[in-house]
Amino acid sequence: MGGPSFARDCAVAVVALAVLAILPFTVGSTALLDFVIRCAAFGLFATSLNLLVGYGGMISFGHGMFFGLGAYAFGLLMQRTGLPLPVAFLATLVINAAIAAIIGAICVRLKEIYFAFVTLAFQMLIHSLIISWVGFTGGDQGLRGGIPRPPFLGIDLSNHTQLYLASCVLLVVGLLLMRQVVESPFGYTLRMIRDNAYRARFLGVPVWRMRLVAFVLAAVFASMGGVIMSLFVSGAYPEFAYWTISGEGIFIIMLGGISTFLGPMAGTVILLLLNDWVTRLTDHYGLVLGVVILFFAIGLRKGLLDFAVDWVRGRRTGLGEAPRDA
Amino acid sequence: MDLDALAGCLTSTACLVTQGTSGFIIGMLLFLVAVGLTLIFGVLKVVNFTHGAFYMLGAYAAFTAYQISGSFVVALICAAAATALVGLVFERVFISRVYGASVLMQLLVCYAFVLIFDDVVRLIWGPEFKSMGMPDTFQVPPLFIAGGVVPPFYLFLIAVALAVAALLGLGLARTRLGKVIRAAAHNPGMVSALGIDTGLIYGGVFALGGALAGLAGGLAAPVRSLTPGMGFSILIESFIVTVIGGMGSILGALLGALMIGFIRSFGSIGFPLFTDGLMYVFMALVLIVKPTGLFGREVA
Repeated sequence: MGGPSFARDCAVAVVALAVLAILPFTVGSTALLDFVIRCAAFGLFATSLNLLVGYGGMISFGHGMFFGLGAYAFGLLMQRTGLPLPVAFLATLVINAAIAAIIGAICVRLKEIYFAFVTLAFQMLIHSLIISWVGFTGGDQGLRGGIPRPPFLGIDLSNHTQLYLASCVLLVVGLLLMRQVVESPFGYTLRMIRDNAYRARFLGVPVWRMRLVAFVLAAVFASMGGVIMSLFVSGAYPEFAYWTISGEGIFIIMLGGISTFLGPMAGTVILLLLNDWVTRLTDHYGLVLGVVILFFAIGLRKGLLDFAVDWVRGRRTGLGEAPRDA
Repeated sequence: MDLDALAGCLTSTACLVTQGTSGFIIGMLLFLVAVGLTLIFGVLKVVNFTHGAFYMLGAYAAFTAYQISGSFVVALICAAAATALVGLVFERVFISRVYGASVLMQLLVCYAFVLIFDDVVRLIWGPEFKSMGMPDTFQVPPLFIAGGVVPPFYLFLIAVALAVAALLGLGLARTRLGKVIRAAAHNPGMVSALGIDTGLIYGGVFALGGALAGLAGGLAAPVRSLTPGMGFSILIESFIVTVIGGMGSILGALLGALMIGFIRSFGSIGFPLFTDGLMYVFMALVLIVKPTGLFGREVA
């Protein structure tokens, strides 16, 4: 941490936060603010998934479980314990870290496709637990009755504008922290493991432990997204923990690009726009989304932001496709 | 948790027979799906995430073919043929483009098709539950074996699946085609250098896997309700089966499927709310003890 890149990241974060903070007082459209809150929730989730996929080379197909667990853990803590909101928030992160440590300990030893499917299997386990443990989680009805949001430190999250601002702060701080993770020595060790795990092991890197740390970190940031979502809808639903969330996450980072830090964020905005647009036009959401995914996977073969970055670098160096280090 | 009920069941022959056969049919259906998955993975090194959708398509195809023809055997043949065709086209047109690409691309292409197939089924057959009903041939009183109730259809289902397992095992081990397929799984470059069209083998294996999943769907149609998205849970279960048995092993798929079948049928008595959970616990145990699965050779 530290150094000029840290100062630059902080500057970008401050500017981004300032722009987002001005929105409610200039545009003021509730629909737009809602859109940004959803972007914050899914953006944190997708960027955390990219910690695993893009930087760690670990393709998790069950990352959505931490999104769902974040929403449920936070909702249950607020409904049942009466803890102050920030304490419940931190407790949610701790709970998710603990669960991720257990699941990760089993999963991170596995090779890519096994890893993908075993994480998926754990997601389905979490989902089936949520569905069947009706007395605790509300079963397939979800956590109902609203999530209490008592004011703390003069902040009242039941006020829509304040909820919006809090989501933006969480998003920007979360992104900044993840940026520091991927630019740290740990982040570069992760890239080395992604590119050549044998060499990393040969150089004395505890591969297994590094992967586990990445898995837990990613889970913690994903659960932050889940908390924002549960605050936004004032509840938690089994769909938050369903496998399609993981599928959408994979698609989001693919859409935006996995080799650019902000790629998943761009992908989130595109997918949510696409989502709103398609559901307004047709009932056959799966059909349209499937075709769009095929276009990206088979046609473009990389995400939009990766595509743009490669194109710009190619123009700058005059070499067509420039090699990249990210 | 209801351990008394489980103990009671394990000591009564009637309950053992009933739950045993139900475990057997769950296991055999799972085997048919999982063996295709494991075969495709063994030869093409692709985990076919759309395999559950083939099962679903097979079930719907059998449903329609049975309504038109009135013959369950015709329905089964139609189901297998239809999914074989879909599998072949899917492999040649789409999957063949992402060989050698990252797993991410393969997952995405398959994810796209899971969404598309579910919506296509919804478009053609409607979103509501469908039920095929027991075929006329099997509308006979159930058999009583040692006090346990066994519908004749269950025996038919088990017999068909066992026959397929035997044919598949013998075919791969003994015939020339089986040898070529195993060789292609081992070293595709060498096989194609010897003048064998590997594209044809890949397409064929995918079609075979699709046909097996479709057959399973057709066999399941009289005993399960049909709904878009019905393929997903069987996909997860058959993946668990292949993880337990070891990717690429047919014997592993058979034993893994039977274990999962028995865990589900007896687990539903002892742990009614945690039946799904039991499978995952069992899978986690196998992975901890032997990460390659019980019969897997590849280092995971």
